[in-house]
Amino acid sequence: MKTIEQINEKIREGSVCVVTAKEMKDIVSELGPEKAAKEVDVVTTGTFGAMCSTGVFINFGHSDPPIKFRRAWLNDVEVYTGLAAVDAFLGATKPSETRENYGGAHVIEELVFGREVELRAIGFGTDCYPRKEIETAVSLEDVNQAVMVNPRNAYQRYRAATNSSDKVLRTYMGTLLPNYGNVTFAGTGEISPLNNDPEFRTIGVGTRIFLCGAKGYIIGEGTQHSPPFGTLMVKGNLKDMKAEFLKACYFPGYAPSIFLGIGIPIPILDAEIAKSTAIRDWEIKTTIIDFGVPRRDRPVVREVTYAELKSGKVEINREEVRVSPLSSFYMAEKVMKELKRMIEKGEFLLSLPVERLKGKELFKPMKQKEIRIVREFMTKAITIREDSRIEDAAMLMINKNVNHLPVVDDEGILKGIVTSWDIAKAVTKGAKTVKEVMTREVITVFPEEPIAIAISKLEKYDISALPVIDSKKRVLGIVTSETISKMLGV
Amino acid sequence: MLLQLLFDSKTVREPIISRVAIKTGVPINILRADVGARKGEIIVEIPDEKSKEIERLFNEMGVEVHEVTRTIARNDNCVHCGLCVSICPTEVFRLNEEMKVEIRTEKCIHCSACIKVCPTMALYFPI
Ligand code: SF4
Ligand code: SF4
Repeated sequence: MKTIEQINEKIREGSVCVVTAKEMKDIVSELGPEKAAKEVDVVTTGTFGAMCSTGVFINFGHSDPPIKFRRAWLNDVEVYTGLAAVDAFLGATKPSETRENYGGAHVIEELVFGREVELRAIGFGTDCYPRKEIETAVSLEDVNQAVMVNPRNAYQRYRAATNSSDKVLRTYMGTLLPNYGNVTFAGTGEISPLNNDPEFRTIGVGTRIFLCGAKGYIIGEGTQHSPPFGTLMVKGNLKDMKAEFLKACYFPGYAPSIFLGIGIPIPILDAEIAKSTAIRDWEIKTTIIDFGVPRRDRPVVREVTYAELKSGKVEINREEVRVSPLSSFYMAEKVMKELKRMIEKGEFLLSLPVERLKGKELFKPMKQKEIRIVREFMTKAITIREDSRIEDAAMLMINKNVNHLPVVDDEGILKGIVTSWDIAKAVTKGAKTVKEVMTREVITVFPEEPIAIAISKLEKYDISALPVIDSKKRVLGIVTSETISKMLGV
Repeated sequence: MLLQLLFDSKTVREPIISRVAIKTGVPINILRADVGARKGEIIVEIPDEKSKEIERLFNEMGVEVHEVTRTIARNDNCVHCGLCVSICPTEVFRLNEEMKVEIRTEKCIHCSACIKVCPTMALYFPI
């Protein structure tokens, strides 16, 4: 048994034994937890990944005459100003209003690089803050405070992503290729901070951490904290951060985001903690979920361990699928080593948490009005073949009293659609078969999609019906604007 | 084929490209020009079969010539996240022992898929 005070004493003396989480695995399997706990004082853990819930509180100081921000922008990225006169919060994922592929994350990065950014603001023009607008350039040196405060960082583990649909999806999990073309996953598994202290014995409110090269602190559990999918809320001084450990990025089709390097030292107080830092990738489970289904509760494709994900290939439906990490293991290792160096040099002392993080917490979904899905509104689709004659299509529409006929092949797979309007056109053009007049680019929906998505598609494309299909493009039914308005009573 | 032409403070003032074009009768397509008072870099496209002759002429006129092979390149924005690894159809990217993303450019088929995917915009075709 050791105390944090004793470990800090060793750090001051320069006799502390620090190892990275990667090194610790072998030490524990060689010596056993008891002996490892005697030998090792601190294990450094690390992660380096895109963390969207990141931002910076900035105080700009007062202008003359003074202004109270109504709205403000840094390099055309709007910041939140619902605070005191010249305080603002710059969020990482806020896109620029004028520049493509640029956002709050990039402004943060430019500030850390020491560059000037353009501040533009409009004021309320009050008696105490009469100024109505201002335009100036500021760098990190010019502002009073720039404190990074991140509501949710350092996910313990995260669900891996794949895509069953036939379209390329651009998501916060990177680009997902169609038909299970790839898998992406986030988190650093066995070296990730929270996986090494899953009971939160040493990681808690007040724990001093490595945040992008600066000393930061944990200020609580993060939003959506739900162990074993635990998260952290952290803060640190932007002015002390190093550009090497932070990188602005942009996920095409999604938003800007920012890669952050976070390292957490775990004091090895006893054998129990030594044992928990010996955790291996094959013991850490997560699931692969299907982003092809645009719902909150995306279907689970399979369970998987971090060891399988890190191997670069996983099996889905008996086929090998290539895997991409989203977190940088190379940079996470750098974080662990840098933190180790700082502790060995006596530059970084450990702190005792003042409060423990919650061990169990349920992550509730957003409270919404009841969601109704396409399936409830679906009616039977009257289908037809490509080579059918126009007369037959016309007869079918009259007999079944419908205006839309999805065109299918022998397997029931959607090939196109004809409407009564197409039939009318066919007559004037003298077309003989359905094939000649059908629309081939059909707008469709899945049965499990919220009806709101179907409605917005109907409006967007100015059409009155959507075939409902499954992932193989087989026609399951049809939703029409008529049925929807009848059922919703609008 | 693409050639990178490097001009020094002397050659940068002379109409060398025109001279070579007139002399060989070959149209020279300028793709990018970055020319200052003391030096210049110009990327040109020329027919493959004339490359030897054109290269020799530029050399004679004091211009440094390099062939541009349009394989994928990466700048130091790369954080080795590995996202490109599963995107590239020919497995150009690979995580090595150190978990750094390695590039085997010889396998690149210039499809640009990775360029659109890289979150740090580290990938590009050097021209
Ligand atoms: S996607 Fe970009 S940042 Fe990530 S490893 Fe590839 S080149 Fe580097
Ligand atoms: S351009 Fe295409 S082939 Fe070349 S590295 Fe990128 S993804 Fe691979």
